[in-house]
Amino acid sequence: MSSVAVSKKGFGATVWDYLTTVDHKKLGVMYLLAGTLFFAIAGFEALLMRIQLMVPNNDFVSAGTFNELLTMHGTTMLFLAATPLLFGFMNAVIPLQIGARDVAFPFLNSLGFWMFFLGALFLHLSFFLGGAPDAGWTNYASLALYSPGHGVDFYVLGLQISGAGTLISGINFIVTIITMRAPGMTFMRMPLFTWTSLITSALITFAFPPLTVGLFLMLVDRMFEANFFDHTMGGNTIIWEHLFWIFGHPEVYILVLPAFGLFSEIIPVFARKRLFGYSSMVFATILIGFLGFMVWAHHMFTTGLGATANAIFAVATMAIAVPTGMKVFNWIMTIWGGSVKVTVPMLYALGFIPSFVAGGVTGVMQAAAPLDYQLHDSYFIVAHFHYVIVGGIVTAIFGSMHFYWPIMFNRALSETLGKWTFWIFFIGFHCTFFIQHFLGLMGMPRRVFTYQANQGWDLFNFISSIGAILMAIGVILLVLNIIVSAKSKPLNCRDYWGDGRSLEWAIKTPVPFYNFKQTPLVRGYDPYWLEKHEGNEEGMTYAEPLGEIHMPNNSILPLIMSIGTFVAAFGALYHPDGKSWAIPVLILGLAITVGAMIIRSMKDDLGFHVHVEEIVATEEHLYGKGDNK
Amino acid sequence: MGHDTQVQARSKKQYEYDRHHNAVHMRKQVINFAIMIFLTFLAFAVVVADFSTYYIKPLILLLAGIQVVIQLYSYMHMDDKKASHIGVISTFVWFGVVIAFTVFLAFLTIIWW
Amino acid sequence: MEHTKFTPQSWPDKPEQATMEGKNKFVGIWIFICSDITLFASVFATYLSLKDKGPAGMEYSAAELFELPLAFVMTMLLLTSSLTSVYAMYHMKNYNFKGVQIWMSITVLLGLGFLALEIYEFYHYVHDGFGYTQSAFSSAFFTLVGTHGLHVVIGLVWILCLIFRNAGRGLNLYNAPKYYAASIFWHFIDVVWVFIFTVVYLMGVLG
Repeated sequence: MSSVAVSKKGFGATVWDYLTTVDHKKLGVMYLLAGTLFFAIAGFEALLMRIQLMVPNNDFVSAGTFNELLTMHGTTMLFLAATPLLFGFMNAVIPLQIGARDVAFPFLNSLGFWMFFLGALFLHLSFFLGGAPDAGWTNYASLALYSPGHGVDFYVLGLQISGAGTLISGINFIVTIITMRAPGMTFMRMPLFTWTSLITSALITFAFPPLTVGLFLMLVDRMFEANFFDHTMGGNTIIWEHLFWIFGHPEVYILVLPAFGLFSEIIPVFARKRLFGYSSMVFATILIGFLGFMVWAHHMFTTGLGATANAIFAVATMAIAVPTGMKVFNWIMTIWGGSVKVTVPMLYALGFIPSFVAGGVTGVMQAAAPLDYQLHDSYFIVAHFHYVIVGGIVTAIFGSMHFYWPIMFNRALSETLGKWTFWIFFIGFHCTFFIQHFLGLMGMPRRVFTYQANQGWDLFNFISSIGAILMAIGVILLVLNIIVSAKSKPLNCRDYWGDGRSLEWAIKTPVPFYNFKQTPLVRGYDPYWLEKHEGNEEGMTYAEPLGEIHMPNNSILPLIMSIGTFVAAFGALYHPDGKSWAIPVLILGLAITVGAMIIRSMKDDLGFHVHVEEIVATEEHLYGKGDNK
Repeated sequence: MGHDTQVQARSKKQYEYDRHHNAVHMRKQVINFAIMIFLTFLAFAVVVADFSTYYIKPLILLLAGIQVVIQLYSYMHMDDKKASHIGVISTFVWFGVVIAFTVFLAFLTIIWW
Repeated sequence: MEHTKFTPQSWPDKPEQATMEGKNKFVGIWIFICSDITLFASVFATYLSLKDKGPAGMEYSAAELFELPLAFVMTMLLLTSSLTSVYAMYHMKNYNFKGVQIWMSITVLLGLGFLALEIYEFYHYVHDGFGYTQSAFSSAFFTLVGTHGLHVVIGLVWILCLIFRNAGRGLNLYNAPKYYAASIFWHFIDVVWVFIFTVVYLMGVLG
């Protein structure tokens, strides 16, 4: 087990390794793969929607199917694509950036992944078991309670499981960043991606429980005749909206803050200039996190909260634009005066800045409650959030794939293919969504499966759909790029981009399973850059002599625990149908999960030690004899 | 290697000081317990005594708040400056309290109108 | 490390924070508590907005349903169990494993007493027709107090597992953080109960 890096493994052994791994680098790869899969599925759902909307009175898909597509597109993209992809980068990069060997709770890291994956699987099985959820990704109670079939139940149970996985991982990253930084890395010397991940994880910790509660209330209302949202029994449907958006607004910051952090890593490297205004970037991140919890009712301006409540939330929403704007100016000031190298990651960063700002300013427009009365539930809103999500988060993900591919896979993605992907996707993106601002202003509502001809909407819808096809081509090119890179030669180098500033670039790829052979000593912000410029080729000063390394054991229990919840969810789902096997299955599933938890607690798990000879052998095997590390 | 704990026996004086300090601290906890029992009793008594609800509601909420702060800082050692990263932990907990307060305020004002 | 033989003199002053894993568990349980704070806040807020709300002509109300003597006894049990868990941690600092096991067992017994009274209370309400599905108020009440009760069950199972698992092993730096984390969770459960008896029972009776 301890010389895992040096031995050759068969296919079965490799599969078992990935099923039982607690290694943050492997989990990062798994998150990336799963996220890409669900991104493709959700993108396909969007493509189908845009084909349906290409011409008026189309019958490409039925109204019911369209509702399922729009619900699943939103739910999958936000929960099952964007979050895992960003978690993939957080897992792969953060322990390396802070000089740690792994996260604080490697076992829980694995559990978080498997819970996410099995929840996602459960949700997608709905397509084959009677229909997907169809009440929108926001699942408002007035509609969702009366949705026939099991679609919404799949939504509730699937997200409950997936959400638990996300919460577990959020707590894990907070503890990791607080306790496991290398000596010398004070909070104000942490890279910006680590800072934004810390705040993101704090948002996850505080925001996911209200979603958990909301989903539970929806579950018992639908399946166990509870009365939370039923006004005839004293309930109130707006409770769902509050709980959902108390989660939902921080959720969008959970998605965008890691994206900001990734760009704060990419831009200084390719402008070859230190990040401008580090302290204000940190302060802005914290402020965005805090204010993110105070604005949720701006999604509810038209529900009748009253002028006072609307005014309070409107002002708070506009306030968030200030720290966000600070960050944009800091990025611009980092690029200004730098020696800019326009690689694919930098292209995405340069495309991000104007696109995200465009989305941000339409957001401030919507923050004005009176205007929102006109814009709410129109295509203007759809345009806004796609500009911030695609312009902000998707560009960050695509750019960071290129940026961090060398560290994660010891390969590089093709620059040429990458540039083609960028331009086709970027043009397609603007084609699709810029035009939707005008559709919204012209009064086209969102979530409609078709529209009448000759209202002035036909041409714009057509152009919007063409853009979607371009985006699809871009994504296909990206997938091609990934496949091609798998066959390319290993890089076996340190600091692939040549201008790396933080610790993750100091390790020669492929990264050994224990990360650093000796814990590094951090002497300032951008520690690797600092060492490079003092002539230290290795890029690291060490904080300890070469000694035994203590690593965590693999385990199959996280997968088993997650399978238990998956099984239990089936029991819960079919119980209201009166199926006799439902309750036994529910109990079986819970027993599997609790049983695995008890097994985990009963055994001592002290990890394993890597002896100095094995470390030396691993380093030689990976990098050759006498090579500097 | 750097994560291993140093294990060494404390000197007799240090050991006795620590034992004494632990015992003193435990006694403080028992006193805090008595205070919390008293606050609880007070809250129940005030309700049973049937004063005007206008005064009682804020009072019992205040008593609950005091009791929670005693639990947090004393029983849960949030006042222990030498505890690992307790400053960051306190920040997180208070932030959670702020959010909880915001959620309460919202549900009490903008659900029924 | 975990096989080191300790004496009361060589046992670290803060055993739960003496290893890297210990520090991680210490910080970790607190961050988890933070997530539980917003969980309970959401359930509490829902309860507050649905208090006494039900179908037209509903005869159940908080003022008539809740009995203060029962709530008082339950509060005393839980509060005392919080003290006994502090006492168990005191013994842990002094490397007195028997003390830890005994006082954690007493904590569990008090917790079981609390749970028994709560089950009795719920049974009583359901028997009188105030069941989970009776109204929005009943759904909210049972969800709030039930979620707290579920946390009590989880805490009791956790502490029992610790007591049984470590019975043959004694105290060491591997299980000290586990006991500590369980006791922090137990204190949090008591903190939530303080709000429940104030907001649900006391303010309920006030009407």
